[in-house]
Amino acid sequence: MSKTPEFGLLIDYEYCTGCHTCQVACAQEHGWPAGMGGIRVNEIVQKLPHDKYYLTYLPFPTELCVLCKPRTRKGLDPACVKHCMARCMTYGPIEELAQKMKEKPRMVLWVPK
Amino acid sequence: MKESQTGIFKTTTWSPGPGCHGGCGVLAHIKDGKLVKIEGDPDHPMNQGRLCARALAMTQYIDHPDRLRSPVKRVGKRGEGKWEEISWDEALDLIEAKMKKIRDDYGPESMVFNVGTGRDIYAWISLLAYAYGSPNIMFGLTGQACYGPRLAAVITIQGDFAVFDAAQWFPERFAHPGYKVPECMIIWGYNIHATCPDNLFGHWIIDLMKKGTKIICIDPRLSWFASRSKYHLRLRPGSDSALVMGFLNVIITEDLHDKQFLENWTNGAHLVRKDTGKLLREKDLVKDGAEGNFAAWDPNRGKAVVWDTTEVAFRDKDVKPAISGEWEIELHDGKKIVCHTVWDVFKKEVNRYPLDEVEKITGVPAKDIHDAAVFYAKAKPAAIHWGVAVDMTPALTPLVTGITALWGLTGNLDIPGGNVFARFAFDVVPYALPGTKGAIRLKSKELDEPRIGSKKFMPLNKFYWRCQTDMTLDQIFTEDPYPIKGMWIQTAGIMQGLGMDPKKWKAALEKLDFVVAVDVFHTPTTQYADVVLPAGTFLEKDSFRSWWVPLQTINKVMTVEGCRPDVEINFELARRFDPDFKFETVHDLYDDILKPSGMTFEELQAKGGRAYPPDGSSSCPYLRHERGLLRADKKPGFRTQTGLFELYSTLREEWDLEPIPHHEEPPFTPVSRPDLAKDYPLILSTGRRSPAFFHTEHRNIPWLRDIDPDPTAEIHPKTAGNNGIGNGEWIWIENWMGRARYKAKLTPVVPEWMVMAAHGWWFPEKKAAEPSLYGMWESNINQLIPMNEQGKDGMGAPIKHSMCRVYKCKPEEVNHE
Repeated sequence: MSKTPEFGLLIDYEYCTGCHTCQVACAQEHGWPAGMGGIRVNEIVQKLPHDKYYLTYLPFPTELCVLCKPRTRKGLDPACVKHCMARCMTYGPIEELAQKMKEKPRMVLWVPK
Repeated sequence: MKESQTGIFKTTTWSPGPGCHGGCGVLAHIKDGKLVKIEGDPDHPMNQGRLCARALAMTQYIDHPDRLRSPVKRVGKRGEGKWEEISWDEALDLIEAKMKKIRDDYGPESMVFNVGTGRDIYAWISLLAYAYGSPNIMFGLTGQACYGPRLAAVITIQGDFAVFDAAQWFPERFAHPGYKVPECMIIWGYNIHATCPDNLFGHWIIDLMKKGTKIICIDPRLSWFASRSKYHLRLRPGSDSALVMGFLNVIITEDLHDKQFLENWTNGAHLVRKDTGKLLREKDLVKDGAEGNFAAWDPNRGKAVVWDTTEVAFRDKDVKPAISGEWEIELHDGKKIVCHTVWDVFKKEVNRYPLDEVEKITGVPAKDIHDAAVFYAKAKPAAIHWGVAVDMTPALTPLVTGITALWGLTGNLDIPGGNVFARFAFDVVPYALPGTKGAIRLKSKELDEPRIGSKKFMPLNKFYWRCQTDMTLDQIFTEDPYPIKGMWIQTAGIMQGLGMDPKKWKAALEKLDFVVAVDVFHTPTTQYADVVLPAGTFLEKDSFRSWWVPLQTINKVMTVEGCRPDVEINFELARRFDPDFKFETVHDLYDDILKPSGMTFEELQAKGGRAYPPDGSSSCPYLRHERGLLRADKKPGFRTQTGLFELYSTLREEWDLEPIPHHEEPPFTPVSRPDLAKDYPLILSTGRRSPAFFHTEHRNIPWLRDIDPDPTAEIHPKTAGNNGIGNGEWIWIENWMGRARYKAKLTPVVPEWMVMAAHGWWFPEKKAAEPSLYGMWESNINQLIPMNEQGKDGMGAPIKHSMCRVYKCKPEEVNHE
């Protein structure tokens, strides 16, 4: 099943608010029990100069992410992308997403398993 | 089974279920009568296809093995956790008999109706309480310190509430012609995106940020918004009102205020007597003059002229009153007095807060306050939105009216992208929020007489139709002036969430003759009930919402055997209690309430379940005060006593309360109680929102509990180190009232001087019976927060700022799963 990867998830982590919607959307879509699922949201608190800090939430696709093949085959977005409250996730062909990364900083492109 | 057998139905979220204040469109996938999937409705203007974790978890909620599916009757002692299933008929007969006995023996006011946060229940609990004849509807939080006080304070000076404008009033949303994206938004003590309170969709603000809105975040914590803000003002909890005075100081001193709004729409020009410090009224100037009319100085005529509040105009023509100055005025009795203007009085108060002083009180650097205030005042448009932090302080009214003055004086009121009046859609008012008269009312004024606190606290007397919570709790014990004998508790967790000092609430519940709880699951609170009724979720009922816009239906898409929607339970009992009850069906009731919209429930459903008020109606922006769309008499102006935006509150003056915003130090802070600070050196704040939970709910939903598994207290790493506490270790948070056990989360998002303890914790997986009570005594931070510290107007309470110390739990005090 895993030939050369073609699709990925682009995350604009400037806007991820840590709402964890993607986690539950994934669990519901694929029937994962609590504690398992295709995506997890991480919290990163970064110290900056002058005693300032920056708070980042970063969704990370796990070993269980299948990029919602059954949905994308029908032309739908993956469940996490569809429900993302901050609209900070984009699904698409890797090349297109890589192009989109030029639009603004604070982006990461995941190509799950 | 074929996929084609799955039906997809549209409806609107509200409680019970996700817990929030609702309004999102969802698609419910129903197969063989079961919910197999739920997703966001892409065609719904509110959420536009998105949906939060709590709503998505409905598939784990609706068929949860612990869901109550039959009425139960208590068979053991209160708190013993022993129940017997009974039929609905038996339950309703029992309740009817017991409640009628209380009404016969003691009067209807002896039954209190307790309700939780903004659910689809206020209307229906009003229906029941008022049909029964009791005025005592109680929101169980000390000082009712959530939302209602804010509304009451704003209505006191502005007549209508206002919220930030994300074009939610229009089906086309941001594409609405004339809509403007706010250049600046102040987020005041609000983590809105976690739980979507107050009928707002939190991520609208993220949508706006992507369109260019810059954030000023006022929060002691480094919230997500704070991290993304242009200015983060990290104030000491409880010092908000000093900060707002600092903002006003900058804006007025630097002449950044909107003179047109000040002169045309506020009572800034009205005269204040220097001898009494009170407003000059027509009765002072003219014998038999009206008490309710005021006066201003007309420099052209060289005399005081009367502001006629019924005409919402000066009695003389073409008056251009002076906004500032001092004049000698002769009263009708010949006495000569000196008057100055409201604006002068307002400025004098504001001048008491130079920024170095505000920095001392708030801990926020003066330069940051200055720069933020200037940015806000110069941004066009700019909006402010606030969270429950503004209610959770006793002097909430001086704070809230100060913030309201900010949006007024910067000309941001009811303009595109500013703070926009929030009216019930089509003026369909099912139940009365402060300032409105609901469709569902008590039968007579006399029945409202015994409402607890309504004589003592004037906002409650005038337009806030609840009983005062702290006084109600006390009255259960004192029985003075009349006994409280029963309580109806619906969608409320008085033990595990709403109730401060929960031991006192437990004793109160134990003292009552008869307690009914209506809920979806057993909770610590239901353990004190005599009968518990199983409620249906939002998917299991027809209902509607008009809070605020659009007007929408909630459509029944399924049933769960044994459960009944709150409205149907209350409807049935209301019919039994009120011989004159005029409705045959719940839909008849809905049609009656929906009358102002010109639609019946079914007609609204047929329109797709959603309707937006057209331009020219009172619930559609903008500039409604200029267009005569706010007042019943259609005159331009506001729904206040003067018809103006009151920088100086006429009502507050009449109530012997301070008419102008100012700072009051709350009761339990290192400033007000240095004596306590020796033993309790840290500021205890509570109530940080989690996107996984709504208050006390959802601890039993596996997907959600996985997101936030333990009661956590955020502590700065340095503070933790000083107290020998490591990350993830169990600690006690303690003060003079008690202690609660939390898992330490070491994080610099909190300042070194503060601990943030999550609220609403109980453990549905633990034993129900006392002493465990689902473990609710272990990590309930309310045990450290008192009752009876409400504000002078009966509203607001010190929930966001107390004092504490922290120390590590002994190994034997830690539960190892």
